[in-house]
Parts: sequence; C-alpha cells; structure tokens
Amino acid sequence: MSSESKRKKKAGAKPTIGVFKFASCDGCQLSLLDAEDELLGVVGAVDIAYFPEATRNMLDGPYDIGLVEGSITTHHDAERIQEVRRKCKMLITLGACATAGGVQALRNWKDVDEFIRIVYATPQFISTLKLSTPIAEHVPVDFELRGCPINKYQLIELITATLAGRKPNIPTYSVCMECKRKANVCIAVARGTACLGPVTQAGCGALCPSYDRGCYGCFGPMETPNTASLTSQFRVLGQSDDQISRAFRSFNAWAWQFRRASEECRRT
Amino acid sequence: MSGRGTRTIKVDALARVEGEGALYIKMAGDRVSDVKLRIYEPPRMFEAFLRGRHFSEAPDITARICGICPIAYQMSAVHAIERALGIKIDPAVRLLRRLFYCGEWIESHALHVYMLHAPDFLGYQDVIEMSKDHREVVEKALRLKKIGNRIVQLMGGREIHPISAAVGGFYKVPAKAQLRKLMGDLQWALSASLEAVRWTSTLQFPDFEQDYEFVALRHPAEYALCEGRLVSNRGLDIDPAEYEDRFAELHVKHSNALHSVLRGRGSYLVGPLARFNLNFDKLPDTARQAATDVKLIPPVKNLFRGIQVRAVELVFACVEALRIIAEYEPPGAPRVEAPNQRGVGQAITEAPRGILYHRYAVDEKGIIVTAKIVPPTSQNQRRIEDDLREYAAQLAAWPLEEATWKCEQAVRCYDPCISCATHFLKVVIERE
Repeated sequence: MSSESKRKKKAGAKPTIGVFKFASCDGCQLSLLDAEDELLGVVGAVDIAYFPEATRNMLDGPYDIGLVEGSITTHHDAERIQEVRRKCKMLITLGACATAGGVQALRNWKDVDEFIRIVYATPQFISTLKLSTPIAEHVPVDFELRGCPINKYQLIELITATLAGRKPNIPTYSVCMECKRKANVCIAVARGTACLGPVTQAGCGALCPSYDRGCYGCFGPMETPNTASLTSQFRVLGQSDDQISRAFRSFNAWAWQFRRASEECRRT
Repeated sequence: MSGRGTRTIKVDALARVEGEGALYIKMAGDRVSDVKLRIYEPPRMFEAFLRGRHFSEAPDITARICGICPIAYQMSAVHAIERALGIKIDPAVRLLRRLFYCGEWIESHALHVYMLHAPDFLGYQDVIEMSKDHREVVEKALRLKKIGNRIVQLMGGREIHPISAAVGGFYKVPAKAQLRKLMGDLQWALSASLEAVRWTSTLQFPDFEQDYEFVALRHPAEYALCEGRLVSNRGLDIDPAEYEDRFAELHVKHSNALHSVLRGRGSYLVGPLARFNLNFDKLPDTARQAATDVKLIPPVKNLFRGIQVRAVELVFACVEALRIIAEYEPPGAPRVEAPNQRGVGQAITEAPRGILYHRYAVDEKGIIVTAKIVPPTSQNQRRIEDDLREYAAQLAAWPLEEATWKCEQAVRCYDPCISCATHFLKVVIERE
C-alpha cells in the first residue's frame, strides 16, 4: 500500500505502538481516544503503527510497545497472542479482560457448551475455548494495567514512563486509601454497605463509595488482599454465601485471589 | 457471465469500527454472487451468565458488552427490569436519564462523525493523518466529544462503564449547581454542532439511495430515547413487549453475531437515519431548522448521509441537555425501592447506533432466570449485507483497491459496533 511506505518514511525514530484486541468490549482502547486533551500530544510522541479501531493503516511489526486488550477465548486467539508477543518488544495488557479474563470468565465455572446453546441456535457454528483466560497465562507480560475499564490517566502515565525509561507510578494499595484521601465517610462502617474496597486495587479514585454504593471490585485484587476477613465481615452485614460469591465473581472473577474467595465462601 | 474474471473484494480487518469483523464480496462482472459480513469477534455469551445474577447487577454487567455505548445497555437494562417489577420512577430521574443518554450520544456521535467517518470523505487513513491538515476541526471534535464525556462523568463517575445507574433511579444524583456548571460548555457544544451540520453538508456523497424499512422508537411528545412505541415507515407500530413476536434472530454460519429480521419481511434499518425519518417532527426547532437549512429533509434514503444526520442529532442532544439542566430540580430520593419479586419485563432504548432490546425474567428472590439482548448492530447486519450487494454491483467497473475502500466506507456508515453484535470489520470483494 502506497500510504504504508509513506508512513514508514515519516516514522523516523519515534517509538512504534500497536494496539491489539482480543475478547473485550473495546472500552480500554477507547480510553486512549477518550484522553481528548492528551491524544494529539501522545500521537506526536509515538508512531501509531497498528490500531484498527482508529486507523486503516496497519503496519507489520515489530512494535516497540504492544498494548493488548481482551482475554483469550478461542483457539485462533491463543495462537494470535503468541504472534503478537513475538512482534512486541514490550507487552502491556490493558484492563480486567486482559489481566484477569474479564466478565466472560464467568463461563469458567459453567459448562460452556450449555452457554453456547443458550445464546446460539446452531451451536456447531461456534468455536470457543472452555475457559476465558488472561494474557499472562499464555505469554510473558511486561506490565499489567488494571481496571474495568482502565483509568486513562494511568494509561498516559504508563506510556510516558515507558517512553522515558522509568518505572510507572501505578499504586497497588487498596481503594480504601483513595477513600481516605478523598475524606469519604466509610460506607461499610457508617452504613453497613457491603464494599469490596478493602481488597480491591486503587486506581478508579474510589468512585463507587463516592457515589453512595459499595465498591464492586472492577480494578481486581490489591497486592495482598485479606479476602477471608472481608468475607467474615460481609457475613456480619447479613450477606448470604451466594451474595458473597457473586460479589467476588464479576469483572475480575478469574483473578486467583477473587476466584479462591468466591469458592471458599461456599465451602465454609 | 461477463467476460471479466472473478473479483473478490476482501477486507480482512475492518478499521475504524468498534470490534472485529471482516467483509467478503464475490462478484462475476457486475453481478454480486455472495456477500458475507463475517463477525469473528469472539462470542462472550452475556445472556448465559446473566442467569443466576441478581437484577441489581444487570446494569453493571451488561454495560460491559460495549465500552462505546455502556449507557445504552444500562438504560435498556434498568427500564426492562423496572417493567418486570412494576416500578414507577420519579419524573426528575426520568429527565436525568435523558441527560445521561445525551452525554453518551454527544460523545459517540462526535467520535464517529469526526474521528471514524470524516477521514473517508476527505481521503485520509485516520483522524491522526487528518489532524495534520485539519487541526482546528479535529481539536473542535475532541472538545465536543469531551463535553459529552463530561456529562457522563459528572453523573456516572467515569466515561466508560459509569457506576451510578441503578434499577429504580441512580445511586446518587447530581446537585443543581453541579449541572449548571456544564451550561457554558454545552452552549459552545451547541454552536459546534450547528457548525458540524453545515460542515458535513459540504461533503461529497455517493449517489446511493435504497428502499429501507426504517425502525425506531417514537414518543408522542419528544425525540425518543428510552420510551415510546416501536414504529416503522411500513406500518409497524408495537409496544416494546411485542418485539419478539415481530422480530426473529437467525444464526448464520459466517458470523458470531445473530442476524435480526422482521418476520415475513426481512432486513430493516435502525439508527440515526431511521430516527430522523420517523421523528423529524419531534426534533427541537433548532435541530429541525439546521437540517432544513442544509436541505436535509426526510425521507433521507442515502446511507452515506448518516454523517449529516448524526450532526443534526448532536444539535438535538445539546439542546435537550441544556433544557434538562435549566429545568432540573433534584428528585426527593435518588431511586425508588426495587423489591425482589417475580416478573418479566422488556425495554427498548435508542443507543447511538439504533434500538437496543432487553428482556429479563426474574424470580421471587430477584434472581435473573432468563435474559435476552438484541443490540443495534445485529439488527443492521442483514441490511448491511443487502446494501453491499447493491453497492458492490455499482462499483463493478472501479479498480479493486478503490472499490474495496468504498465498500468499507459503506459499512462504516452504520457505525457498527461489533463488540456489541457478538457480540466485526475485514472487506473481501471477489470478482469473476
């Protein structure tokens, strides 16, 4: 394609970025387009070599940075991620699907063939794996950015840090820290609302508690979450085992800490 | 058979659409023998794993079907469940939901008009390339998009998968003063949208008119977003609860998204053109006048003019948002109680891309027993294939590369959301 050769000439020494999608909602890569104030700046600093949601230009790798959204749910995608890894010097996974299997990992506890029969009239047309799994279960990943969706400022920080060759400033403490910093009254203590904040990684800015509802864990488990203690507290608040299990099984259900907690609360 | 060989128009990965799909067209001379819009976006099976969840989780879970239009999913979910439970919402909450939806329309339409669709008309590969020659236009587009996002962010905490929508209302509603702060930006957005109507009318449109059955919600008093009857230009006029009696979903081998058809009639079209043609009289005066000024008058049957209609809908969304903010008085409570009880409810709302149908059956504990979701892109899928069959034939004499790009553009007119439809875009034209 002639535009391709034009682009290659223009590319110069700028680092190249590829954006790759697997099973997902497109929200995390949209975060890049949602960074309205920063977008033209980022685009000036890098060369977007592959980003089908935004451009028809699709250059072959290698890429300096690969941003991967989505989980692995098909045989074809399990092969494609290997190829993407080979083409990217640095591989960054974006969001709950890529880092924990996403909401579609709820199939992992069920009979996937039955799921297909529920949704599709001719099940034999559908080819899918039994499990929805995060990218790191298939290839080495250099950095995992959490969230459902990711926080666009964390993405800009991550790209900036990577380009500058420094460690990104992405905290791994819990949502509680963000609530304290915002001087929110603790909804779990003051109102008895079931809140996953104590075991969930910060990054959203404690949104749900700030909007009068309990955190539902969309940033996944914090570094060392005490899920057993939170499960006990949920029981004190009158939550049933089913409710507790469902709380851990949402957008990061297959992250092992949440997975274990969702199974243990049914056993004890 | 013509003397020319087989020609295949093939786009392996359709760009500037949301999600993953491919297009394959096989031609013998100017006769199109096969069109397949192949959606290979992996199936995610939301309808299956919604079973066993509590109804209060449905707005958050279904939002994850689509990062571009999460509010559409939240709104169809809450309205369907409220119908199942027999809940009446506060009138102020109803207005806030319209405002919330206007935010998503502004964000989504600004994204599509300028960043995904305009490059096709101006001959660029993407908005980044376009920004080198049209920086001012792109900067305005980004500001417009950001204002839509600001509404969503203020009401829902964040642009993508906002967290405030609840069955019965919202978890928290904004204060009057908070909303008032948006008015300056919205005044600017309104003038930018009026400019968008004028700017899009200067574009060159291919001569391609089709005889569509347009399907959209219609409300007696307003440009419909969340409520109304489902109507068409061929006499359809039903309550959303009757949707499944009149529409069927077909499973075809080449796509992970189901094809919707009107029973006994076939393909139909949902989205901006359908809404504009069926509800022109319900547009606010400013929007209707702006359309009339550029001679955009129903029935608009040229798909490519969708970019103009989206600009008119941007005007509508800004006018409506300003009206709501000016009238807003906070509700007595952010939401009404949603008791656990058995019921079945259906709702249709107007996502930026067209109607989105949800149905839920819940049991006496509030647990979802069955769920059905029909996104706008699956409803348009069959119509996209019908359009391409006609359009590719018109392009028979064109060089393959240009014909391929044109077919791709025709698909982008639909602003297809493939993530939704599987829940899609490569283009292949094969010529004989």
